[in-house]
Amino acid sequence: MELFELGIEGIKALLDKKEVTPHEVLDAFFARINAVEGKVSAYVTQTREKAYEMAASAEKAGNSGIKTLSGIPFAIKDNLCTKGIKTTCSSKMLENFIAPYESTVTERLSGAGGVFLGKTNLDEFAMGSSTENSAFFTTKNPWDLQRIPGGSSGGSAAAVAAGECAAALGSDTGGSIRQPAALCGVVGLKPTYGRVSRYGLVAFASSLDQIGPITKTVRDAAMVLNAIAGRDPMDSTSAPLPVPDFTKAAGMDVKGLRVGIPREYFIEGMDPEVEKAVKGAVAQLEAMGAIPVEVSLPHTGYAVAAYYILATSEASSNLARYDGVKYGFRAAGKDLLDTYMQTRAQGFGPEVKRRIMLGTYALSAGYYEAYYGRAQQVRTLIKRDFEEAFRVADIIATPTSPTAAFKIGEKSADPLQMYLSDIFTISINLAGLPGISIPCGFTGTGLPIGLQLIGRHFDEEMLIRAAYAYEQSTEWHKRRPALPSDNGADKGEGPKAL
Amino acid sequence: MSVRYETVIGLEVHAQLLTESKIFCGCSTKFGLPPNSQTCPVCTGMPGSLPVLNEKALLFTIKTGLAMNCGIAPFSRFARKNYFYPDLPKGYQISQYELPVCERGHVEINTGEGFLTRRIGITRIHLEEDAGKNIHEGAGPYSFVDLNRAGTPLMEIVSEPDLRSPKEASAYMRKLRAILRYIGVCDGNMEQGSLRCDANISIRPEGSTKLGTKVELKNMNSFKFVEKALEYEIKRQTSAVKNGEAIIQETRLWDTSTGKTHAMRSKEEAHDYRYFPEPDLVPFMPAREWVEEIKAGIPELPDARRVRFIAAHGLSEYDAEMLTSERALADWFEESVKLGAQPKAASNWIMGELMRLLNEDGISIEESPLAPAGLVELLKLMDSGTISGKIAKTVFDGMYRSKKSADQIIKEQGLVQISGADELGAVIDQIIAANPGETGRFRAGEEKLFGFFVGQAMKATRGKGNPAMINELLRKKLAGN
Repeated sequence: MELFELGIEGIKALLDKKEVTPHEVLDAFFARINAVEGKVSAYVTQTREKAYEMAASAEKAGNSGIKTLSGIPFAIKDNLCTKGIKTTCSSKMLENFIAPYESTVTERLSGAGGVFLGKTNLDEFAMGSSTENSAFFTTKNPWDLQRIPGGSSGGSAAAVAAGECAAALGSDTGGSIRQPAALCGVVGLKPTYGRVSRYGLVAFASSLDQIGPITKTVRDAAMVLNAIAGRDPMDSTSAPLPVPDFTKAAGMDVKGLRVGIPREYFIEGMDPEVEKAVKGAVAQLEAMGAIPVEVSLPHTGYAVAAYYILATSEASSNLARYDGVKYGFRAAGKDLLDTYMQTRAQGFGPEVKRRIMLGTYALSAGYYEAYYGRAQQVRTLIKRDFEEAFRVADIIATPTSPTAAFKIGEKSADPLQMYLSDIFTISINLAGLPGISIPCGFTGTGLPIGLQLIGRHFDEEMLIRAAYAYEQSTEWHKRRPALPSDNGADKGEGPKAL
Repeated sequence: MSVRYETVIGLEVHAQLLTESKIFCGCSTKFGLPPNSQTCPVCTGMPGSLPVLNEKALLFTIKTGLAMNCGIAPFSRFARKNYFYPDLPKGYQISQYELPVCERGHVEINTGEGFLTRRIGITRIHLEEDAGKNIHEGAGPYSFVDLNRAGTPLMEIVSEPDLRSPKEASAYMRKLRAILRYIGVCDGNMEQGSLRCDANISIRPEGSTKLGTKVELKNMNSFKFVEKALEYEIKRQTSAVKNGEAIIQETRLWDTSTGKTHAMRSKEEAHDYRYFPEPDLVPFMPAREWVEEIKAGIPELPDARRVRFIAAHGLSEYDAEMLTSERALADWFEESVKLGAQPKAASNWIMGELMRLLNEDGISIEESPLAPAGLVELLKLMDSGTISGKIAKTVFDGMYRSKKSADQIIKEQGLVQISGADELGAVIDQIIAANPGETGRFRAGEEKLFGFFVGQAMKATRGKGNPAMINELLRKKLAGN
């Protein structure tokens, strides 16, 4: 197995045994990036120089104490602020923006010894499900370069799947970690709202945004969560709760665990391959001693509508700061108002503008109660649905995405169709719950399918426990996409098991 | 008979809180520093930055609410007020909307008719952040933005439409200022903008209970301008209504140079602020014990103190009102009484000489170079007859200017009162001898010449002669025996 194919655990083992140095690990990953990045286009910015500096200091510091991720190469979604390195949000608005401060998560990750290879592509300001809304380029799905990697953390998910990093950070407002993880055949964990500090995450929808890991294995996700989770005095919404060692949950069995299957999520018209794979995963869990139970989430049908009112309302306000006055793109207008209008007209892409307009409308005098007010009520009902379901279930299993990766351009003309690709992930953000997507099969054409597991508030341990048990009982996570290398070293035809 | 109109005024007062750091970040609130030197990612609205509430600002707001008889909300939260302006770095102001910290309070104001007071309702007090400042100077086509002030904590105190005249409005402002300064949450400086005021004003026929169309007035940065702007607006609205014109609901700006208000924007042009709950801050529920603790820390407030000064020290309403208008002034007075000063005498000296000197120097009582002990020393020297009242003023002035003790000044300048009968008698003998004409006329019954002799005696003793003694000796000697 090549070094770049390894995840955190694998690389850490080699580093611990001193079979490789952090510098060599970096060499391997940058070689891989050189080989495939031209096809995948995962990165907006690569930070080679900085990475080697970080690796050197990681080498010096060793891997003792909190340096649990010493020398591990990470990719960082480009909506997380990194001091001195561009943070673009894949927007023309911030194309040349260099943050004067570091986000809490990247600070914690580098504090644990993590090394950053670069910043990854996303849908502009994390608004989208395919990276097609990036102002720069569309990232390709490593399993099929004609297809989207999912989004908005598509760059991070593709980078992990393509071996362009050991693990990555993403952000998830309505599925932006889990959906691309599913579509790229990797693990994506969205923690409970409040589990991870949002300080330094460029806000899309503040009450829904949460940062989490995208990794090659469940245990890797637990290791990253260990490093980034916990109260941050800079984020009032971060929870003042103790952080357990999440890796301890990886390895516990699932005997007697009640797995809720929401009636409303297995609907007619669902992609039969996805349905089959997810049901197969539930059967597998049952075979290991878990108990499937049917649960009902009756307000599921209103989730997408409520989400697109609340998320866009918050976005309309969060994105008001991009006015050309202080930083970022500015179009010179003939007066102040014209400068505002030209800056925002030229600096934002169509999807961002669409959402700002939607949100502005929903918050307007005379419409507030009918839209924002109503959507908040729906949000409360959705939360209650889950509370009810968790009376009879310990975790809930659903598909992550209704379909496998679609073709580039297939849905970009129809925003509503695109919004529906988050139909299974959105409710979890509205309820603030933790969710994880893990590989649970492949379509006939070799595209990955994701299983979503949902847990109780702050019970990521249960997710990790069930996800790890399932993962270890399957071979899905061992598959790697066969990417034709740019420098000719083609790895072969079709998916191959290692 | 022509219709008489009644004025209805409500005030929205913004008070800058005296916290050391800003409301949502650790930057200093210091005034007058180089532009943008007191800023950080949070108060400049950098992408990804988040606000964290300064608990002191919340404490100050609760304290103010309690001092103004408000209820403290058990559950309160922030809201975003959205609008675009260069001095507003996030494109929204973090303020409060439907759940303010304090609600339903009142203060008593002096109506100006005798010492009757009137209760003015307070609708709400909420906490918010201030914006930065746009600076338009220099020759180029640019404006500059200084964000040092962005994020300074502000309280907005909203009154009920209970005020009926510009005088009442100004009295209400003064009362708010006094309370804010008493409890130490705001310095109350209107010129520097740490206390600001917007007014809603309308008129209606006397006896009507329906409110007229209101006009919002802005930009009044002194008590005087508040009164003037409101007076102007009453005249403008009254004559408009008498001419059959409708009052337009609008925002008008007070222009100090013209002494007029002019329209800034109409209701149609008013912003739709699109308020919604601030998702970056968690709602807060002040613990009852904490609120009680804050309550216990509130000092005696001006109204209560005024009443006590009248009862305990026998002061007049007027003196008590003046002395309690500032906490430090009342403290100064009480300290001097505690050290043994007769209250009425202390009051007279403070409100007369001390205030005159402080005003001349343009400094506050806190900065007074003279301490209460100094006044008490001086009063004792007067009581004992060491110096006369007239000389005391000179000594007081000297103490204030030089910070020397009364004793020292009296010694240095030889100001001890001459009370010796022999010494004064000799002086008076000389005067009588030197003025035979006047003496003769006085003795012939020209009584009013007595003043002439007193003046001569004071002149001869350079003001140090004991006046009572001089009187007595003059009477005796002029009578001829």
